[in-house]
Amino acid sequence: MRAAVSERSSSLQISAMPDGFKENFTIAAGDFASAGEASARIKSILRMIGIDPAIIRRVSIATYEAELNMIIHSFGGEMTLSIDSDAIYIDCVDTGPGIEDIEMAMKEGFSTASPDIQMMGFGAGMGLPNIKKNSDEMQIRSNPGGTHLHLKFYIT
Amino acid sequence: MTIAEAAAILNCKTVCGADKMDRPLSSACGADLMSDVLAFVKENCLLLTGMVNAHVVRTAEMLDVPCIVFVRGKVPTQDMIELAEQTGVTLLTCEYTLYEACGRLYQNGLPPCR
Repeated sequence: MRAAVSERSSSLQISAMPDGFKENFTIAAGDFASAGEASARIKSILRMIGIDPAIIRRVSIATYEAELNMIIHSFGGEMTLSIDSDAIYIDCVDTGPGIEDIEMAMKEGFSTASPDIQMMGFGAGMGLPNIKKNSDEMQIRSNPGGTHLHLKFYIT
Repeated sequence: MTIAEAAAILNCKTVCGADKMDRPLSSACGADLMSDVLAFVKENCLLLTGMVNAHVVRTAEMLDVPCIVFVRGKVPTQDMIELAEQTGVTLLTCEYTLYEACGRLYQNGLPPCR
């Protein structure tokens, strides 16, 4: 791993893994109490392997927003962290019900979150725009059978 | 300004993280809406809030926010304190309203988050 990775020793050495690193996290629908646990784990993995703190911060914000989205809006699914020598990838795949209008969902302030969620300080319609702002590449595909959000963060 | 200096200006009580009060603050923001906090807060920013739930601490952790001040005498819950201790976020409480707490810090030269 080149410039973005410090010399600090770690238990995870991506350069020693030809296929890179991959870890899956299960995200349960409505499980607000656990919200952020997957994102916190991802943050600690990225720290352990010595990724630049500015990149870790962008990944953390985007994954936390994505994790909240899955908990609030989806029937649940999986978040996958993959790392190779060029980039960090986050894939969020859920089992539905899909985003009805992605163009609207990308607009700041557009929200379909319930008042309960908004009482907790979330659901202001900033999630997807903020994910886009913090990632280097973002692709989203959605139908009633599920949504796949793919994010890429360059580390070189 | 350090966390300790901000705490002195606001007559804060320290809930946890007393050993990390010398960390520098570059700015501050007052908000109850964590969606907004996630969208614009920079690192080393002090967060002042009247929102009391564990997601506030989790949000701070994700953003590298070193300290949260709970305004109007609001007290964080035990699960929040445990999460803050694990993640190294200092928790403070003050009696001022959000408006007055922000005003006092601004008056003392702590800039807004831009």
